[in-house]
Amino acid sequence: MAEPFDKIFVVGCGTCATICQTGGEGQVKEQLGILGKKGVGWAVVEAPCDLRLVKRDLAEFMPRVGLSDAVLVLSCGAGVQVVGEHTGKLVIPGLDTLFIGKIERIGRASERCRACTECMLYETGGICPVVRCSKGLLNGPCGGMANGKCEAGGHTRDCAWVMIYETLKRQGRLDVFKKYREPKDRSRKAQPQELLGR
Amino acid sequence: MRESYSDLMKAIRSGRFVLTGEIQPKKTTLLNEAIRSAKEMHGHIVACNVTDDPRGQAYLSSLVVSHAIQRDVGLEAICQMTVRDRNRIAITSELLGAAALGIRNVLTMSGDHTSLSDNPCAMPVYDLDTAHFVRLVRRMVDEGVDLGGNRISGGVRMHVGIVGNPNAEPLEAELLKIGRKVDLGADFMQTQIVFDMDRAKCFLKEMERYQIPVLPGIFPCKSHAIAEFVSKNVPGIKVPPDYIEELRKAEGSLDRQTKREKVDEVNFEYFSALIRELKGTTKASGVHIMAFGYEGIVRKLSECV
Repeated sequence: MAEPFDKIFVVGCGTCATICQTGGEGQVKEQLGILGKKGVGWAVVEAPCDLRLVKRDLAEFMPRVGLSDAVLVLSCGAGVQVVGEHTGKLVIPGLDTLFIGKIERIGRASERCRACTECMLYETGGICPVVRCSKGLLNGPCGGMANGKCEAGGHTRDCAWVMIYETLKRQGRLDVFKKYREPKDRSRKAQPQELLGR
Repeated sequence: MRESYSDLMKAIRSGRFVLTGEIQPKKTTLLNEAIRSAKEMHGHIVACNVTDDPRGQAYLSSLVVSHAIQRDVGLEAICQMTVRDRNRIAITSELLGAAALGIRNVLTMSGDHTSLSDNPCAMPVYDLDTAHFVRLVRRMVDEGVDLGGNRISGGVRMHVGIVGNPNAEPLEAELLKIGRKVDLGADFMQTQIVFDMDRAKCFLKEMERYQIPVLPGIFPCKSHAIAEFVSKNVPGIKVPPDYIEELRKAEGSLDRQTKREKVDEVNFEYFSALIRELKGTTKASGVHIMAFGYEGIVRKLSECV
């Protein structure tokens, strides 16, 4: 994607991508090394998904950004778009966003939330089947479960619905497991979401 | 009790021991193989499952083959439908089509995950799960509406089946899941392949509390290689080593004809005993014989019921 451009400004993310070791200062500098003379400057924004922080952290770099043909952003898709909207520049996504997840340690994270708009964690022992069941089933487990493992990925990963069953059993709440959960209202996710609190 | 719309439900409710078979459509536009298979089993089974893209392999449509075997052979279909590839709009539409074509039994399944597919980059849909699917069929049949409450004209007359897995571990999670679907109004159950008689009996005993007709699944293997493959590759299923050994010995015969006859003998002996035991000692409503492409054994086994 960077090939057609002669002057590229690189933006990193000081939060998630730094922890994931995919878009922190180290990776930004690595990219600059790869770009060589094409790299015209860099900055690590505390959180590129937050427009206020993008404005604040890029303020001193805007003259350099202005000189560039494109901005390479090492962050999630939200960060890429916010940087593009703020700078008015052509933006190049440097990363493929995998998920919203739990950070276990630097460089290790796992998906936990798909922002589905109807949280059911109270009923599922704090384990989200929308994310952690490969089929996103609301009334599992499915027939692909064997010995507590999931068929997707060759029975190596724990079946989310067995984890839910075991957790609810431990909590003395199997009555909640037995409950039928209605299909999700997908209409809210069928269009771009906005939060208009005020 | 709800009305019986299909030969399958009528046979089950009559108290006779019911046999069902299975056809697995292929990646083809030709119906002749499915028709041939249906003809060979017709008269020996009450109804025949038609699989819906097992392992996510994109094959000839289950609904089309279900319709074809009913129209051309007169063999009643149990049309398998998964929630893997269709959202609730497509499932509703497919059910309307099935009802219009005279399909009277639908077996609801989640479907093997798309990652196992021959098109592994496909999007897994799973807008609904199988509990929702059961609820959808019930609403269509009992209330004449879809999940959105939209009225259907012409009426929907079909039975909704579910799948159970006697090999599931932990079993209680599986049993509670089945309980949900029975409460929603599932009409009958067919099970995953079971070889272990103790497992099958334990599962059938547990099912008595739900009072749903159950047809345990059996899988006569055409060769020891198939039996070994299932044992090694289908988690939770252990094919008895003695049975595999018997098949291996039978395959040692010199000419093809003798070899085939010997394998058939092994299968007949093994599975007729198993069927007799299920019939005599459990409340199973019958047996689902998953022997696609092996119609001869279905015919032979039907004689022992």
